[in-house]
Amino acid sequence: MKYWRILTTTFILLLVWQFLVYIFNFPKYILPTPWLVFQSLFQNIGLILHQALPTVTETILGLFFGILIGIIAALFLSSFQFAKRWFLPLVIISQSIPTFALAPLFVIWFGYGMFSKIITAIIMLFFPVTSTFYDGLNNTPKDYLHLAKVMHAKPMNVLIKIKFAAALPQLASGLRMAAVIAPIGAVVGEWVGASKGLGFLMLNANARMQIDLMFAVLLVIIVFALLLYYSIDFMLKRLMPWQE
Amino acid sequence: MRISNASFETDNIVYFENLSFDLPINRWTCLLGTSGVGKTSLLKVITEQQQNVSYMAQQDLLMPWLKVIDNVLLGYKLRGEKSKALIAKAENLLENVGLYSKRFAYPHQLSGGMRQRVALARTLMEQKPVVLMDEPFSALDALTRLSMQSLAFELLKDKTILLVTHDPWEALRLGSQILVMAGFPAQLTAVTLPDDEPLRDVTDPELLSHYQHILKLLVGDVI
Repeated sequence: MKYWRILTTTFILLLVWQFLVYIFNFPKYILPTPWLVFQSLFQNIGLILHQALPTVTETILGLFFGILIGIIAALFLSSFQFAKRWFLPLVIISQSIPTFALAPLFVIWFGYGMFSKIITAIIMLFFPVTSTFYDGLNNTPKDYLHLAKVMHAKPMNVLIKIKFAAALPQLASGLRMAAVIAPIGAVVGEWVGASKGLGFLMLNANARMQIDLMFAVLLVIIVFALLLYYSIDFMLKRLMPWQE
Repeated sequence: MRISNASFETDNIVYFENLSFDLPINRWTCLLGTSGVGKTSLLKVITEQQQNVSYMAQQDLLMPWLKVIDNVLLGYKLRGEKSKALIAKAENLLENVGLYSKRFAYPHQLSGGMRQRVALARTLMEQKPVVLMDEPFSALDALTRLSMQSLAFELLKDKTILLVTHDPWEALRLGSQILVMAGFPAQLTAVTLPDDEPLRDVTDPELLSHYQHILKLLVGDVI
């Protein structure tokens, strides 16, 4: 029963939306009614699902490799002093360049296909993973490390069984952020140059003034992002039963 | 057992220099002192000097991601040792501290007293002859503290203990030797003790004069 609030607010917002369109009499190529969006969603469901497949693939692959790179980068940066001094500025620079500006370059470098979208998603999402996990790795309680020292722990075991484990809650919040960013990365990648995918479909619909279809696609992206977030969240809670 | 030439300084402030003292084998030595005098630092210096010690802190330092049994086995996990016999021994120790039924629970599911009992089992699991304790009972409520002291005293019978504490009663109850750490740089003063052996009865009125004596040593430089 915890979902009734979100359902209620959504329903009220949709009513307000429908109402506003009636009052101001917006033409449907400016703002369609939610009812029209639903109609469009069901009429075009085959097309939308067909175009969702590449986007979902790009998102999942981007998420997987982005997380992997993010974790490795954090381990690298926190394990070696020189790595922190030499590479941390580079990582920060990579985040200060707007991804929207880079995405067209990736299309030129990596082609029109899925690869450039996966790269866009990776660039967008690895940083929250690196940043949160890196903070976690550097904030292991000193007493844990002292205890491990008295126990004559092997350095590798201290890294894996103490530092890594103690940083897992921080890593988890990075992963949750990454789950939200990943679909955005894939769609942005598709906007700047693609022949398939939900981003491509949105641009197409926009160009043809099919605003209702655009909203329908947007709705699907939102549902997908929510599904992704909550399945990651569910998995993380299962993997970390000690986190209440 | 002799601790010799323990020194500690930080930011050019010398907390103590060349402290030497004996720990009677298989007995409790209690170290009393006001806050900030360097008791914890002395323990840390000893952990660096000596190889064969295990350590118990005020915080239980249980790893929240490990189940109780795995926390007891922590030292072996960190050294990369594993065997059926070790698990059996850990289970046996949990039995001794009365937490066998909680062996698959996570630390957050236990009370403070239970957690400190798990920490005691983990300390025993290390099988080191010397145990250094840094106020391990001070975060517990009065009654839990008493029963925890008795349990620790019983289970650590064949260990040489150095216990840092704030509580003169705790020292009088457990100590075969009581050292007061005071001054700057700190010096150690041995306290004369009643003739009977620990565990002493804290309701014994005779202990009161010893308590007063210790208190004077502790706050003497303040008053």
